[in-house]
Amino acid sequence: MTALSIRKLEKSFGGLRVTRGVDLAVQPGERRLIIGPNGAGKTTLFNLVTGELRPDTGSVALFDQELTRLPARRRAHLGLSRTYQIITLFPKDTLLRNVTLSLLGLSPLRWNPLLRLERQRHLIEQAEHALARVGLGPMAHRPLAETSYGERRRVEIAMALAQNPRVLLLDEPFAGLSVDERRDVKTLLFGIPREVTIVMIEHDMDVALDFAERISVMHFGEVVVEGTRAEVVADPRTKEIYLGE
Amino acid sequence: MTATRFALVAALAALISVPAWVPGDYYVSVCSQILIYAIFALGIDVLIGYAGLVSLGHAGLLGLASYTVAVCLAAGLGHAAAVTIALVITLAGTAVFAGLSLRATGIGFIMITLALGQIMWGLAYRWVSITGGDNGLSVANRPAPFGFTLDVPSHFYYATLVVFLLAVVATWVFVHSPFGASLKGTRDQPRRMTALGYHVWLIRFYACLFSGLLTAIAGILFVYYTEFISPPTLLLTSSAEGVLMAISGGSGTLLGPIVGAALVEIVKNVASAYITRWNMLLGAIFVAIVVFMPEGLVPGTMRLVRRALKLRGPAPAAATGTHPAPGEPAP
Repeated sequence: MTALSIRKLEKSFGGLRVTRGVDLAVQPGERRLIIGPNGAGKTTLFNLVTGELRPDTGSVALFDQELTRLPARRRAHLGLSRTYQIITLFPKDTLLRNVTLSLLGLSPLRWNPLLRLERQRHLIEQAEHALARVGLGPMAHRPLAETSYGERRRVEIAMALAQNPRVLLLDEPFAGLSVDERRDVKTLLFGIPREVTIVMIEHDMDVALDFAERISVMHFGEVVVEGTRAEVVADPRTKEIYLGE
Repeated sequence: MTATRFALVAALAALISVPAWVPGDYYVSVCSQILIYAIFALGIDVLIGYAGLVSLGHAGLLGLASYTVAVCLAAGLGHAAAVTIALVITLAGTAVFAGLSLRATGIGFIMITLALGQIMWGLAYRWVSITGGDNGLSVANRPAPFGFTLDVPSHFYYATLVVFLLAVVATWVFVHSPFGASLKGTRDQPRRMTALGYHVWLIRFYACLFSGLLTAIAGILFVYYTEFISPPTLLLTSSAEGVLMAISGGSGTLLGPIVGAALVEIVKNVASAYITRWNMLLGAIFVAIVVFMPEGLVPGTMRLVRRALKLRGPAPAAATGTHPAPGEPAP
């Protein structure tokens, strides 16, 4: 069984073909890295997988379950979670409320207009646990607006992990982080159990290559090289894409 | 007793004793009117403050409830039946409003609600056989629940107060519930909420229904208060007034729309007795609020109070800078 299976995925914006027949098969527990220059179609690929964009043709399956026609919210309920390249959180709320919202998204409680959210102890405790997992436990009641960029990245990851995803999509989790923050996030990512399959887009090769078992190189909307770290680094097309002919 | 509880008890005591300290029946009736419009503004604020959706068609829904009561009573139905039918029909009307308006957000939502509100006004104006057209419809008498006649201004005020308090409590429970948190999430980050598994459209739809329920209640009280309903009640200016009440008082807070409704109704009914161009006064007040307290009167006043307290000496929580100020209103 494949954790994430993408077949012949095509997407065009007008005359611009952003993904061109992308095929990708990620095995359960695998750490897959997707690299490529800006505009290669990496984030669009994530948006197609999560359902934020509809593909023109092709299919996406999660553990052999067809997702292509499902709305984005349903995909979250099936175990697909993501983080964003541009941090997308709730800045007026506390860290705890941010993670609580993430948990609430998969709970039937989200429809309840009669109970008090603050009194849902099991939910609050789970959120506190998720924050503690990324080292932000002591800051749970701090408004997000009073946190650093690196801490917000960790909140994003905490929100994604809180949903106990089967497949986690990380869109440039190291972007904009300081050296210390990168180290913290790296430790955090290495600590994620193997039950969670991870697909990551990243430009920071020093960190990303350590993490990934297989790498897919995208260029102009196509997967042009795929293989282990050694295979991808040795492939002349990778050098051509990154360094030119 | 905390300061908040003390303020609540004092406010409740002041509201209950209104007929005792307000001079004359006219001003007691004005207080009833303030409470009715406060419910109307609360309904609008559920959308503006908690869902991030500005509606310019709510007067159409208020009018729908009022006309339904008047038509039912004219057809010989009792008050209980008229009120029940008005609630059901207004909720159904709200569902249609929401179904059409929620195809868009932002300016699109505003324009669709505006158009729907104008359609309701047009129907009230032109469907003469049902609505009486320009002449409107009269309500022959007010109900007398449990033998408590509402013809006396103070009695009507108390009945309105009970309904108002129930509406405030219901809104408080609604916005502090898990659903309320979901609604605020869709206001701030709809894209993220979808990715987290929320059905953003349906959450907004239910919020519209709750807003429509409050508007229906206000419409029913309104028609019993005026004992008359005519097309001008459904005009765009009435919807805009409701929006101004919510925004001037402070959208996203429970107290804001109530204060906003009080402000507008006092200027309309009290200041207008002394100032011919009271509209100018109201406009000047709104300009002043936008300039000096853009977040609205209630959050703006709280900001000034916090600043004054800070000048007197830092509070322990504020000194750490790690916690939100207590009573921080939702944006």
